[in-house]
Amino acid sequence: MTTTTASAQPGERTVGKSSPGTARGPRRRPGRIRRIGLPYLLLLPALLLELLVHLVPMVIGIVMSFKELTQFYIRDWTTAPWAGLDNFTMSVDFDAPVGEALLHSFLVTCAFTILSVGLCWLIGTAAAICMQDAFRGRGLLRAIFLVPYALPVYAAVITWAFMFQHDNGLVNHVLHDQLGLTDKPSFWLIGDNSFVALLVVSVWKGWPFAFLIVMAGLQNIPRELYEAAALDGAGVWQQIRRITLPSLRPVNQVLVLVLFLWTFNDFNTPFVLFGKAAPEAADLISIHIYQSSFVTWNFGAGSAMSVLLLLFLLLVTGVYLFVTSRTARAPRNSRERKTADV
Amino acid sequence: MRSIRAAAVGAVTMSLALAATACGGGSSSGGGSNDSPKELTYWASNQGASVEVDKKVLQPELDKFEKETGIKVKLEVVPWSDLLNRILTATTSGQGPDVLNIGNTWSASLQATGALLPWDAKNFEKIGGRDRFVDSALGSTGVEGQDPAAVPLYSMAYALYYNKQMFADAGITKPPATWDELVETGRKISRDGKWGLGAEGSNLSNNIHQVFVLAKQHGADFFTADGKPDFTSDGAVAAVKQYVDLMAQDKVVAPGNAEYAQNQSLSDFAKGKTAMVLWQTASATFKTMGMKDDEWGVAPAPVPSGAPGAGKATNSMVAGINMAVFKNSDNLDGATKFVKFMTSDAEQKLLNKAYGSIPPVKAAQSDPAFNTQATAVLRETLATSAAALPQVPDESQFETAVGTAVKELFADAANGREVTTESVKEKLAKAQQQMPSK
Repeated sequence: MTTTTASAQPGERTVGKSSPGTARGPRRRPGRIRRIGLPYLLLLPALLLELLVHLVPMVIGIVMSFKELTQFYIRDWTTAPWAGLDNFTMSVDFDAPVGEALLHSFLVTCAFTILSVGLCWLIGTAAAICMQDAFRGRGLLRAIFLVPYALPVYAAVITWAFMFQHDNGLVNHVLHDQLGLTDKPSFWLIGDNSFVALLVVSVWKGWPFAFLIVMAGLQNIPRELYEAAALDGAGVWQQIRRITLPSLRPVNQVLVLVLFLWTFNDFNTPFVLFGKAAPEAADLISIHIYQSSFVTWNFGAGSAMSVLLLLFLLLVTGVYLFVTSRTARAPRNSRERKTADV
Repeated sequence: MRSIRAAAVGAVTMSLALAATACGGGSSSGGGSNDSPKELTYWASNQGASVEVDKKVLQPELDKFEKETGIKVKLEVVPWSDLLNRILTATTSGQGPDVLNIGNTWSASLQATGALLPWDAKNFEKIGGRDRFVDSALGSTGVEGQDPAAVPLYSMAYALYYNKQMFADAGITKPPATWDELVETGRKISRDGKWGLGAEGSNLSNNIHQVFVLAKQHGADFFTADGKPDFTSDGAVAAVKQYVDLMAQDKVVAPGNAEYAQNQSLSDFAKGKTAMVLWQTASATFKTMGMKDDEWGVAPAPVPSGAPGAGKATNSMVAGINMAVFKNSDNLDGATKFVKFMTSDAEQKLLNKAYGSIPPVKAAQSDPAFNTQATAVLRETLATSAAALPQVPDESQFETAVGTAVKELFADAANGREVTTESVKEKLAKAQQQMPSK
């Protein structure tokens, strides 16, 4: 406390001119105001930028969702007539084609997200546990594992698109020509299989992140725990079940939430893989909303769908955080703090 | 401490400045002016084999224009996949080029935004009058009865390209003129990994072009006279089914073509895997793919019977590129001068030769360059048997909705699922219900 006051005083003399909003008065008051105000002042730029970058567009988006915004009004969207709740009722009218298609796309996205996050987590965790003990070439393997995460998304996914091609693709060449697993070459980029193709690329792209985070989490588990458990006769499985997984819980809570949000909103993978008209089986919600807004030029309906999606994600995140914070309310030890930083 | 405070003040000032500039930008929605008479920005669509090729073709012409008028033109060549979104962004923000190219099927949709300069009689007079242009090309410059939103720049038409060697090998002496002949020819060729006809099943625009022409041949259209979507009429359903049946039933199109969207059918053609493609101005592409001019032939696209003509004998859409001026340009006079320059007889001959397209300007068409193997059929088609896609504001939505329906039907056909009149009708009904209701 004393140091702050002491250091504030010499400053006052020189900054008097530009000092924000304070007249020269009794020494103590401006000092106090400054002490209390400075943190806010320092936060202000970030706050303003946050407002500009996130809040303003979000508010504009919400306003748009109540407007009848088509190509006739995009030149000046404020002149578009109000649509009331029309865009929302159309989006959730599941008996009519627009709502039906949105519901279909929502369900596809849910199935896709659950499978993709689950697989990413499983593979990432398994790989991290395997890499826990030092062995020759571990560093190299770890680096290789991270390659999909480091590659530019577009380049990686377009490569997958080539590999999934019906006539000249590597996937059919291996599955059909070399292994003879299928009667005839399959279609991966159109029809029902497109869901599988999308899942494969998504997991390939996503699991290294899980690997990275779990690996960081593993660093914080004291080796003595394993040694003690081994002395007590616990096998590898028991060690994983009783030590590794419980210790990883705080890490996993963050990891699963982040993976969920990323996967649910993933736009790049389906867009690069299938273009602007995704096959029905792989019609993820982000693409669906893009198509409603930018391809069919109904920006009002697209905004309404985006708002609905935002509400859904907020709800899921809220419930998730509530449930996980309850189960993790009794902090076990100081490890928790460290891992929360990850 | 002093430095922290100074930094804080600096940061606040900067963020306020940022906020001010961000709020201040881009709300110019008014009309244009001549405030900056010495400069123009031009967005050209990608016409050649690459963006670089286009720059090489266009830059000398822009230099010529600068010499004549003293107006400098800043060129940007925009790839097709980005063009429409870029135009939409420019329209919303009011920050766009002065002059731009648009796909001619988008004319009515973009006209509805009100961002493009209408070409009334007065404006047309400035570029030499409306009569200089071919009628079919003028038909795709905006909604009928309104002043056009754009001026035709390059015209193209669909034709049937065929591989001479593959025809000779199968004992075929002349290209098919009717659909029955096409299927028959295709069946003779489709064996041993070779296929009769190429298609681009996942390319929505191409799907639209093909089924639009077939619908015309069935006496149907995808919109009613007053501009309402009408996708499920018997003629429209029959047209879509006929196109998908080339793969599903006639088996003259390889199933793999269902996922083509990047002109793979042209590369199959150039490699001798496919004997025929229905395409617009493909000669330049064949050349870049290593095919010699005497290896392929070109004939009018098939019709139900007889010879191509108007009405039910329509065998192509009017394809092409239009040139438009952004209404809020700050050099309206210069922009008009630039359009006049680009549509002048001399430039029309030069540019259309470079791109293998047909000039929509009557006087330029007489050049012998447009009477070669590659261009004569296209020119004839445009003059006698091509029809413009529906000029309605919802055209771009129609391309997506019906184009996607055809893509899904191709996917069914490729996966061996039956394509029936009912399944076609169901998909088209769904597409129609997705169209904006107002």
